[in-house]
Amino acid sequence: MKRGRRFTLWQVFRAPVGIAMLSLFGLVAALVGDHVWDVIGAAALASTLGAVPWALATRRQ
Amino acid sequence: MKARTLRAWSWVHKWSSLVSTAFLLMLCVTGLPLVFTHEIEHVLMEKAWTPADPGGPGLNLDQVLGVALARKPGEVPAFMSFDEDRPVVNVTSVHPDGKEGVYSFQPIDQTSGDPAPPVAGHPVTEFLLQLHTDMFLGLPGMLFLGAMGVLLIAALASGVVLYAPFMRRLPFGTVRTRRQARTRWLDYHNMLGVVTLAWVLVVGATGVVNTLATPIIDYWKDTALKALTQAYDSPVAPGQHSSLQAAVDKARAALPGMQLQFVAFPGSAYSTDHHYAVFFRGDTPLTAHLTTPALIDARSGNLAAVAPLPWYVKALSLSQPLHFGDYGGLPLKILWALLDIAAIVILGSGLYLWLAKRKAGA
Repeated sequence: MKRGRRFTLWQVFRAPVGIAMLSLFGLVAALVGDHVWDVIGAAALASTLGAVPWALATRRQ
Repeated sequence: MKARTLRAWSWVHKWSSLVSTAFLLMLCVTGLPLVFTHEIEHVLMEKAWTPADPGGPGLNLDQVLGVALARKPGEVPAFMSFDEDRPVVNVTSVHPDGKEGVYSFQPIDQTSGDPAPPVAGHPVTEFLLQLHTDMFLGLPGMLFLGAMGVLLIAALASGVVLYAPFMRRLPFGTVRTRRQARTRWLDYHNMLGVVTLAWVLVVGATGVVNTLATPIIDYWKDTALKALTQAYDSPVAPGQHSSLQAAVDKARAALPGMQLQFVAFPGSAYSTDHHYAVFFRGDTPLTAHLTTPALIDARSGNLAAVAPLPWYVKALSLSQPLHFGDYGGLPLKILWALLDIAAIVILGSGLYLWLAKRKAGA
C-alpha cells in the first residue's frame, strides 16, 4: 500500500452499501415471494456472507 | 471529520455498546437454538400419531371446547388454534383468578375428542424463549430488552460513522493478520460488522417492535375495537356464549378465500369482552403473515364487524417473521444462525477491543 493514499467516502462505502442492498433484497424477496423467491432471497443473503471468506482469502495482510 | 465530532461518535459507540453487550450476547446465544425451534421440537416431541377416527364425522368446535373445558374445571377459554397438518384443535384456557400468564394448553383430536400429543412447547425451548423475550420479568423485562435493542441501533449507526475514518487507507475487507492482536481484531470487527450490518439492523429493529407487542395490541383494543363494545355494559358470562361453530362459520362466510388461523374468546388478550374474534390469514406468502379478524357478537352470534388491522398491528405482524427468520425454509434458518454467530463475534471482539484499549491506556 502506498503511503498517503486516501479513499473517498464513496470508495469506502460502495462495497458496504452494495452488500447492505443485497441483504435487504434477499430478506424481502424471501418474505414476499415463495418457492423460487425463497431460494433467490437466501442466495442473495448467502452471497453477502461470502464477502467474509473472500476478504480472508484475498485481503489478508 | 473533525476530531471533536469523531470523539462524540466514538463516545456513542462505546457507551451504547457497553451498556447493552451483556444482554445482546444473551439474546444472540439464546436466539441461536431458537431459530431452529420447529426442528428441535420435531426431534424432541414428535411421535407417530394417528387420529382415532379419521373417516368419522368429527366433533364440531363447540363439542371440542366442551371436552377441553371439562378436563380443566373452573377455567375459561382464551384461544383456540388449528394444526395445519393434522386434525387437531388446540384449546388454551385460563383460570379467571389464576396468575397472569399461566395458561392450560390442550391439543385435542377433533375426530374423537381424545387428547393429542403436543408437538410444540417443549420445556427447553419454552425456557429459552422466555429468557429471550423478557428474562422471566414480564412486560418490564420485554420493554427493557427493547431498550437494549434501541442501544444496538445507536451502536450500529455510530459504528457506520466510525467505519469511515478507520477505512480511509484500507481497501474493503482488509484483515491485518500479521499485526498485533488489537489491530487484527479491529479489522475482524469492522469487516464482520459492515458485512452483517443490514441483517443486524433488521433483526434488531424488528426485535424492538416485537417487544412492543403488548402496548401495540392494547392500543388497538382501546381504540379500533373500543367502538364495537359501546353498546354493552357488562361482559358476557361464559355460560351465555352463542355457538362457537356458528360464529366461525359466519366469520368464514364474511372472509371467503382466507385461512382460519385462531379464535380469541371474549375477554382474552386479542378480543373484546363481548366478541369472538375469529382471525384469518391470507394465502399468499406475504399475506400469510397478515391476519384479519371477523368479530362475532358472543351473545347474538351475529357478525359485528370485519376489522382489518391498522398499520401498526400489521408492522408488528411483519416484524415477527423478519425477526425469527422462519419464512424461507431451512436455508434461511441456517443463514440466520451464521449471521447470529457473526454477531456474537462482533460483540465479543468489541468487548475485547475496549478491554485491550483500557489496558494499553492504563
